[in-house]
Amino acid sequence: MGEKIDPNLWSNGAEPHLMGGRLPTGQIVFPMPVGDAAEGVEPYKLSRRGKLWSWTSQGFLPKEPYEGPGSGPGEGPPDFQSYLLGYVELPGEVIVESRIVGARLEDLHLGMELEFCIVPFNVRYDTFAFRPATASESKAA
Amino acid sequence: MSENVYIIGAGIHPFGRTDSRSGREQGVYAVREALKDAGLEWADVECAYGGSAAAGNADIMVNELGLTSLPFTNVANGCATGGSALAASQQAIASGMYDLALAVGFDKHPRGAFNAKPSDYGLPEWYGQTGMMLTTQFFALKIQRYMQLHGISRTTLGRVAEKAFRNGTITPHAWRRSPVDLDTIMNAPMINDPLTKYMFCSPAEGAVALILASEKKMKELGADGVKIRAVSVKTRPPNSFEVFQAGISIEEGGKPTVLASKAAFEKAGVGPEDISVAQLQDTESGAEIMHMAENGFCTDGDQEEWLANGWTEIGGKLPVNTDGGCLACGEPVGASGLRQVYENVTQLRQRAGERQVPGQNGKGPRFGYSHVYGAPGLSGVAILERE
Repeated sequence: MGEKIDPNLWSNGAEPHLMGGRLPTGQIVFPMPVGDAAEGVEPYKLSRRGKLWSWTSQGFLPKEPYEGPGSGPGEGPPDFQSYLLGYVELPGEVIVESRIVGARLEDLHLGMELEFCIVPFNVRYDTFAFRPATASESKAA
Repeated sequence: MSENVYIIGAGIHPFGRTDSRSGREQGVYAVREALKDAGLEWADVECAYGGSAAAGNADIMVNELGLTSLPFTNVANGCATGGSALAASQQAIASGMYDLALAVGFDKHPRGAFNAKPSDYGLPEWYGQTGMMLTTQFFALKIQRYMQLHGISRTTLGRVAEKAFRNGTITPHAWRRSPVDLDTIMNAPMINDPLTKYMFCSPAEGAVALILASEKKMKELGADGVKIRAVSVKTRPPNSFEVFQAGISIEEGGKPTVLASKAAFEKAGVGPEDISVAQLQDTESGAEIMHMAENGFCTDGDQEEWLANGWTEIGGKLPVNTDGGCLACGEPVGASGLRQVYENVTQLRQRAGERQVPGQNGKGPRFGYSHVYGAPGLSGVAILERE
């Protein structure tokens, strides 16, 4: 496992959760605010399961501050690996933007069941993603 | 009580790439064109508002235009810089404080997609590091969901781009002057699914300047004015879905475009059915489609029929983006919103040549509508009238 790309982005442990915040109004937000904006906001462990709200593919190497494959010293567009991303609706909580892994573009559809996971990002960091939900977790949900 | 405000001069520096001129020099060029159009000298201008996103401050232009000591306010509102400059100059005259004002926008961006710094938008660094902070992704994510919910096809996305390039071929200030056929658009490399390379506008260069006048001044000068019936700029309401959001509320919120559009129609006392020509933010094909509905011109899903029947073509029931929009002109951020207004002024004065939209009952078009949208979720709408 690499380092977390942000130490506070998800909780530690065998079943990590993405960290959001609960506003005094009860509304759940993502990500957890920082600085003065965090006042009165309680850290909130977001659901590990959700439904696909929208999606797209990333077909070209993003400029800075992107730090994924293709952005390193001596690297360029030929080293880039395209990826999928989308918004995942966590029921009753919030819709979060995330990488989508373990699926092909043509498999993605609105309302598709997804689950949270941690994936390697570059030589140093791990990041979070959602992947198609496994049957066993579907029963548990 | 507020004064009527007219646009009496409009100038543009061709959009695209001009290696020989800086962004600001293109701005100066556009100002001189607008002054010539209005029959004025720089010294006549009483106040100015303008800006660029990536080509420096507008007020430096006094070095080239002349040190007349006028108050010159820099505007920095992202893609809505032009809309905000127009709103500010309109208010300066409407308030009765000034009789002649300048609104100017210019830009010059490096090639390739825009890159934004998370900290500039109050976002955590990981959002940019992991490759989720791209404007192109937002537009793809928004139209992808919209297509699923409202039955919009990929072909309709292609038709929007095809129309834009066709209109660009007959627009002197456009960047893309060659037609691109539907097959080429549909089979081009995928940038962000469902949007291919030809469905996105590119960052570019260009400049637009408008001279605004009070009614009294316009009559005194005998100028060819187009009336500003309404200008409205709105930032995002709660729970909206905008560019650069790592999290969205599960409650469906309002939209800045809907708010700005409604406010402008209300102020102008007209409705969508009264509009003869519209320029709608088309950062990509899907944006034009969604903005047709958000601005009240059709209901969600009807765009499929509109595009299939050519209703947004020049000569259709509502010509949209008659100069090829952002898709054919490119997007110099600071100038883009004012280009839309420039195009409407040109159309309402019936000076649009080959791309002129027909009017009704032997008269030219009466109402022109423009809509600009940008990060972090703001929209500017202007309704112009040929009296």
